[in-house]
Amino acid sequence: MSNLKDFFGKKVKVINLGIPSFADDLKRQNVEVIHTDWRPPAGGNKKIQALLDKVENWQNKVKAAKGAK
Amino acid sequence: MLIDIKEANKKAFEAIQSAQPIIKGIGTCLDTVPGMKKNLILHAGPPITWERMSGPMRGAVMGALIYEGFAKTAEEAEKIAASDKIEYSPWHEHDGVGPMAGVASASMPVWIVENKTNKRCTYCTLNEGLGKVLRFGAYSEEVITRLKWMEKTLGPVIKAAIPFMPEVNLKNIVAQMLQMGDEAHNRNRAGTSLLIREMAPAIIKTDFSTEDKIKVLEFLNSNDHFFLNLSMPAAKAILQAAEWIEGSTIVTTMCRNGTDFGIRVSGLKEQWFTGPAQIVKGLLFPGFDESDCNPDIGDSAITETCGFGAFAMAAAPAIVKFVGGVAGDSLNYTKKMYEITEGESQSFQIPILDFRGSPQGIDILKVCEKQILPQINTGIAHKKPGIGQVGAGLVNPPMKCFEDALQAYVDKYCN
Repeated sequence: MSNLKDFFGKKVKVINLGIPSFADDLKRQNVEVIHTDWRPPAGGNKKIQALLDKVENWQNKVKAAKGAK
Repeated sequence: MLIDIKEANKKAFEAIQSAQPIIKGIGTCLDTVPGMKKNLILHAGPPITWERMSGPMRGAVMGALIYEGFAKTAEEAEKIAASDKIEYSPWHEHDGVGPMAGVASASMPVWIVENKTNKRCTYCTLNEGLGKVLRFGAYSEEVITRLKWMEKTLGPVIKAAIPFMPEVNLKNIVAQMLQMGDEAHNRNRAGTSLLIREMAPAIIKTDFSTEDKIKVLEFLNSNDHFFLNLSMPAAKAILQAAEWIEGSTIVTTMCRNGTDFGIRVSGLKEQWFTGPAQIVKGLLFPGFDESDCNPDIGDSAITETCGFGAFAMAAAPAIVKFVGGVAGDSLNYTKKMYEITEGESQSFQIPILDFRGSPQGIDILKVCEKQILPQINTGIAHKKPGIGQVGAGLVNPPMKCFEDALQAYVDKYCN
């Protein structure tokens, strides 16, 4: 409980991931914030994620096979 | 298949770095371009039929048919264009490129560019200037008259001058252009000036009449985009060296025919992946609005594919006066492209980024994973045939091209 009190008592520093407007709102309230332009892989498109996973799995197999030689 | 993608892409990237495109000469399209025929019209972008062609592409085809003597009027040209007498094929399937509509016919003079590293050649027509020109779909008498002058005078004079010129390494000129405020796609002022420095004394040494030489030099001086038709086949020659490497995910072609956007990928030999060409956002000439604009058109996105054009816009902040936006945008476009490329060009350096190499070698895996599309700057053609250019701006490819390519890649290699 005391940790939580300490948290709210200190100056807040924020790292914002994804939606820029969250960072903009904090900036307007004079909160120190760094925005990171992060998106989920393939923008959350499951079909494309699955294709990228297939490529990654194939490459893992290639590396394992080459390592075994 | 035991293919390491990193190794395949490294091989493609090294081929891009070691390419050395030079001006080899000027030839006639029919005698020079592989697979060219008298009744064949070459065009920009992926394959397309007459029925699906956009207005500016149709206008350019009609102009080419009048120029070649197949037709006397636009109406006659339209009928012949739709008949089985005329065949169509993309420039890219004939080792060449064409700006905007990119239309080329048998009698037109073409640049011959050779990659000294592998001795392969690429081709492109000579640039006509801006405004009412064939590549933007115009076909009036002034357009045809200019094309005839280019065939009878401009091409022959330059052809005769080339033996008197020192070897012109186009990669070196593009590299210099980036130090001088050009990005070698929509800003070619420095490149054209550098070319004129090489060409002018050689033109004077030819046996043509003083009047012809003056007209040629005045034409070169009046056309800031003259170098575009060399930066494009240079980019094509550089990327041709990276084509068809098993397992590579590097994009070797991006192009548009005004209806479809098409890409090709090194490890997916000769396959086209297409999606709808997008509307270009930018600055329009007075009297035109967005409803006048044709969707994205031309092979000139080969410059972005090669790591210059919009990929090197940070080197050419003044271009925003032509394509729209503020100077800072040009820096951001370049920085973003590092996210989706294999590496940094050893030749094309950007002064404002402490001479960092431009982002080069678009990787379909990175485009699909990060959902960041390649940035392109481009001219805008009127959607109706016969009118010409109405502005310039910025555009992206449709994501579908890259997602379809990824699906084909998985089908070929990962199952």
